Amino acid sequence: MSNIFNSSIGKKLMVALAGFFLILFLLVHLGINLTLILTESSKPFNVASHFMGTNIIIKVFEVILFTAFLLHIIYVLILQIQNWIARPKRYKIYNFSQISFFSKFMIWLGGIILIFLVIHLTDFYFKSKFGHIGEITYDNISYYTDLSSLVIQKFQIPGIVIFYIACFLILGFHLWHGFQSAFQTLGLNHKVYTPVIKKLGMVYTIVVVSGFTIIPLIIYFTQ
Amino acid sequence: MKVRLKIWRQENAKAKGAFVTYDFEEVSPEMSFLEMLDALNQKLIKKSDSPIAFDSDCREGICGSCGLYINGRPNGPEKGISTCQLSMRAFKDGDTIYVEPWRAKPFPVIKDLIVDRSAFDKILHAGGFISVNTGSAPDGNSILVPKEYSDLAFDSSVCIGCGACVAACKNASAMLFVAAKVSHLALLPQGRPEARERVKNMVMEMDRLGFGNCTNTGACEAECPKEINLTNIARLNREYFTAKVL
Ligand code: HEM
Ligand code: SF4
Ligand code: FES
Repeated sequence: MSNIFNSSIGKKLMVALAGFFLILFLLVHLGINLTLILTESSKPFNVASHFMGTNIIIKVFEVILFTAFLLHIIYVLILQIQNWIARPKRYKIYNFSQISFFSKFMIWLGGIILIFLVIHLTDFYFKSKFGHIGEITYDNISYYTDLSSLVIQKFQIPGIVIFYIACFLILGFHLWHGFQSAFQTLGLNHKVYTPVIKKLGMVYTIVVVSGFTIIPLIIYFTQ
Repeated sequence: MKVRLKIWRQENAKAKGAFVTYDFEEVSPEMSFLEMLDALNQKLIKKSDSPIAFDSDCREGICGSCGLYINGRPNGPEKGISTCQLSMRAFKDGDTIYVEPWRAKPFPVIKDLIVDRSAFDKILHAGGFISVNTGSAPDGNSILVPKEYSDLAFDSSVCIGCGACVAACKNASAMLFVAAKVSHLALLPQGRPEARERVKNMVMEMDRLGFGNCTNTGACEAECPKEINLTNIARLNREYFTAKVL
């Protein structure tokens, strides 16, 4: 086991494992967000957000999530810098054929996702933790921070809607290569299953991107 | 036919190097790319210019010494061939053809289009072999190899160590080469006893020499003259994890 993460292949393993965790996280996040448009009431979303913000098990996952982001980014940066150093003199003409297209731009796509993350966390996460958000009462019992209204209020602004949609497209490009790439990194390449994994990656990416995109659109046009 | 060649000329490893343009009119489509360079060199020698240095040996796609980066692709516009197998038929009359050496930190230019590929030898020395006691020849078929594995091992063993994978990769990664070498021994019973040490040592040497890291881009597979495929890299990853973790 010693120094596995010092090797190129070991670092890639870390990137892929963290990537898998982020892939799962996106599904959970999407599931909760969809309650915003699937129901009239703001209750399901606020209850779910309250649960995600307070439940102890979720807290543990939250730490894992931030660690996953951190590890993904740190290892990706180390690998990328080594890759740049490995070709000090560039070619005059580039003309490659048949490659996984977005793989050439992963670091830039990732960089944009990172910027998005910071803005997104400031918009909602930090506000819900440290800022002041109006409270709301359901059935005279519980008090919840009214994140639902905050989201709806944000998505009244066309600039924000466009920004979010653009970032989801970028995330989609990242995943178009990333999903199947992570399996290859783990050494899972198989005559029968790999084509299935590639299709699954496309379906996953389309579902996640269209799911996250449709929410601000629906809110903007209906609320 | 007539071509305009823009060829990388570099006196030695330390020199800066630049493209030099040659308008060459005595080209026939039947020539191989290397014959065309030979003919150009004859012309240069007659004019007392220094000939263009490039590598070649077998000129039939089996030794791996000839690779050139032609118009933005290793071994030129065609698939599954080395540079010596490229014919001038692949070009049109009047084409401009850029010729560059492989570019990677572990493959320094020696002169013009020749690079030093001894980094690959070093990786092989780190583990790309099996240890056997010499003695009388063993009986045939004393070690049985399933047909499926012998076919897969053969597919991996056809790697000629040309470095086109490194040249093609945006990260100058040597993973396809190392994967082919690790796979072809890992798939055979003769290679199993040393499999763990082999994969660890070869990957360590590959990293030490300064090759880039794999991003599963697939340019290597697309440009490899022997069409070694990415399943080898997945196998290399598996071999590496099991050797390291289990
Ligand atoms: C929700 C956010 C993200 C998800 C779901 C995600 C997912 C993935 C996945 C699955 C991979 C493939 C891993 C592999 O090839 O083994 C990957 C690769 C990569 N990620 Fe991310 N990522 C996210 C955020 C980021 C961020 C913020 C950055 C950069 C700062 C980044 C940079 C990269 C880079 C450069 C690669 C390419 C690594 C390679 O090809 O070897 N990612 N990502
Ligand atoms: S894997 Fe293919 S491109 Fe790489 S050295 Fe071997 S034959 Fe050449
Ligand atoms: S000269 Fe031997 S492979 Fe081209």
